[in-house]
Amino acid sequence: MSALPFHRRKDVRLALRYTIAIALVLIFVFPVYWLFIISFKTPDEIFAFPPVWYPESLQLANYKVLFKDGDAVTVWNSLVLASVSTVFAMVLGTIAAYSLVRFKTGGENLAVWIISQRMMPPVAIVFPIFLLYVWLGWVDTYHGLIILYTAFSLPYVIWMMRGYIEDIPLELEESALVDGCTRWEVLWKVVFPMARSGLFATAVFTFVFAWNDFLFALVLTRTEVTTYTVQVTHYFGGQSNFWAKIAAMSVLGTIPVFIAVATMQRYLVRGISMGAVKG
Amino acid sequence: MSDLKITGLHKHYGKFHAVKGVSLDVPAGEFTVLVGPSGCGKSTLLRCIAGLEETSDGKVEIGGKDVTYARPRDRDIAMVFQNYALYPYLNVNDNIAFGLRARKFGEAEIGKRVKRASEMLGIGHLLERFPRELSGGQRQRVAIGRAIVRDAILYLFDEPLSNLDAQLRDDMRVEIRRLHQELGRTMVYVTHDQIEAMTLADRIVLLRDGVIEQQGAPLELFERPTNRFVAGFLGSPKMNFLKATYGKEGVMLADGTGLPLPGRPGLKTGQAVILGLRPQHISMAGKTVAKGHARVPVTIELVQPTGSRVQVTMPLGGGSIVAELGAHDVSKPGEKAHIDLDMTRAVIIDPETENVI
Repeated sequence: MSALPFHRRKDVRLALRYTIAIALVLIFVFPVYWLFIISFKTPDEIFAFPPVWYPESLQLANYKVLFKDGDAVTVWNSLVLASVSTVFAMVLGTIAAYSLVRFKTGGENLAVWIISQRMMPPVAIVFPIFLLYVWLGWVDTYHGLIILYTAFSLPYVIWMMRGYIEDIPLELEESALVDGCTRWEVLWKVVFPMARSGLFATAVFTFVFAWNDFLFALVLTRTEVTTYTVQVTHYFGGQSNFWAKIAAMSVLGTIPVFIAVATMQRYLVRGISMGAVKG
Repeated sequence: MSDLKITGLHKHYGKFHAVKGVSLDVPAGEFTVLVGPSGCGKSTLLRCIAGLEETSDGKVEIGGKDVTYARPRDRDIAMVFQNYALYPYLNVNDNIAFGLRARKFGEAEIGKRVKRASEMLGIGHLLERFPRELSGGQRQRVAIGRAIVRDAILYLFDEPLSNLDAQLRDDMRVEIRRLHQELGRTMVYVTHDQIEAMTLADRIVLLRDGVIEQQGAPLELFERPTNRFVAGFLGSPKMNFLKATYGKEGVMLADGTGLPLPGRPGLKTGQAVILGLRPQHISMAGKTVAKGHARVPVTIELVQPTGSRVQVTMPLGGGSIVAELGAHDVSKPGEKAHIDLDMTRAVIIDPETENVI
């Protein structure tokens, strides 16, 4: 057998590796590309066969329609609901987690009870909540969904932040207490900076949870605070599907999450791996 | 006036009684060292003084003010922690300034004080660095800087040198002693290291099982221990303890060796005692036996040179003793020699109560 020289063999292996990597990337990126490109196509191009791999010109008509008809406001609704509920859940959850860790609030069992609330399948409680909200007059309101998302994210935030806060050396906090800080100042000046990576990572996941929610938004909204996830389903019709609108709306819905993950990427990777080491 | 006054302090952790009715008076400007084996309650006591632990019973006064139930920030104290407790996200300058900022000092005043403190500790050139970029010794200096930058009544140190290597520990010990002389502040220092306690303290408070065994100047504890524990804890190598019986001629060891013991009133003939003798009070036999000394023949068992001195282990009176001799006094195990025991320095202990008679 005529063996290739060592350095040649290395080249072949490298080339093979790249080929596989590129093929995989193509397979995974293609659906995203397709969604993205459909949103810029004319109706004819969307249904053309053989498929149009890239359109002659990028049409913004699909987006214009969404904004003109007011459909795009549902992305704004999602943004408000997800952002505000994330801020609430992070603030309340971090304080609760701090209390669990440092003051042993509720003993050993409260933390487990809290995370067990997250195990509840949402669909099992969505209708009781609907009836409650009808009674409270909270259906189709911002605050109704914000409170619900906050409540649903809290167990996750508390559980995650509990782990990050446990990792902060107690001496850092004690030193701050001796140096003249109150407990709230300790939280602000020591705990938040020390748990920064964890805070951002948890916040991104909390945001994404609320952003991607479909079930609660479907049941608990009508017209005023419809989220983009619900809006997209309106384009699936009995007779036909509005592919252009579906694609354009999906792109709009992807952008905020993309921005959130991209800007937080540094913290996200660190935060997640921190949790991983902690176990 | 005393800067720190503790009266009948108790601390329970559930069923565990960590501090059992400690009373302590620290005069202004004094360097007091709380020392004892691990688990003796010294750190707990310090944390009670700092307000980081609630006291179960008793009273703590700092600067004449009852602070038993005050928060740490209201006690006017500064503290140096074992693990430095530096904020990794702040540079040296901001770490030192942290306490001043928390107490709302003006930036100009903060700058002035940080400069003075950092220069005093020789870390003036490190102000822009972050803790991860510093060596252990430098970190410890920053931690001390963070304490001395404040004008506290009381400065607390919780085993600040235990994470440093031996060489650095010696240097920092000198540094802390020097700082105390320069600043003249009241300091309470916790350590388990008796050498640190001896070299730093104006006064040593020796604790065991949550109780003060003895307190006083280092040499007072070293030379006049009140019980066997104190005698054994201070000094390196440790004091030798031998079982003996008191008689007219002095004491008789278990194997019948008789040692003269100059005038000790309060001892009864035939009384069982423990003879305590420091390794430093044993020497090679000279030409004549000095007054109050006892000469005994021994066979060398183990030789451990330390450079300037040599620690020699040998059997005596049914037990074994360690002597600290001159570097060239003995050379190898098996050697036969005569040694002189300075019986005027001997400590006689009642085996029942373990108290010094």
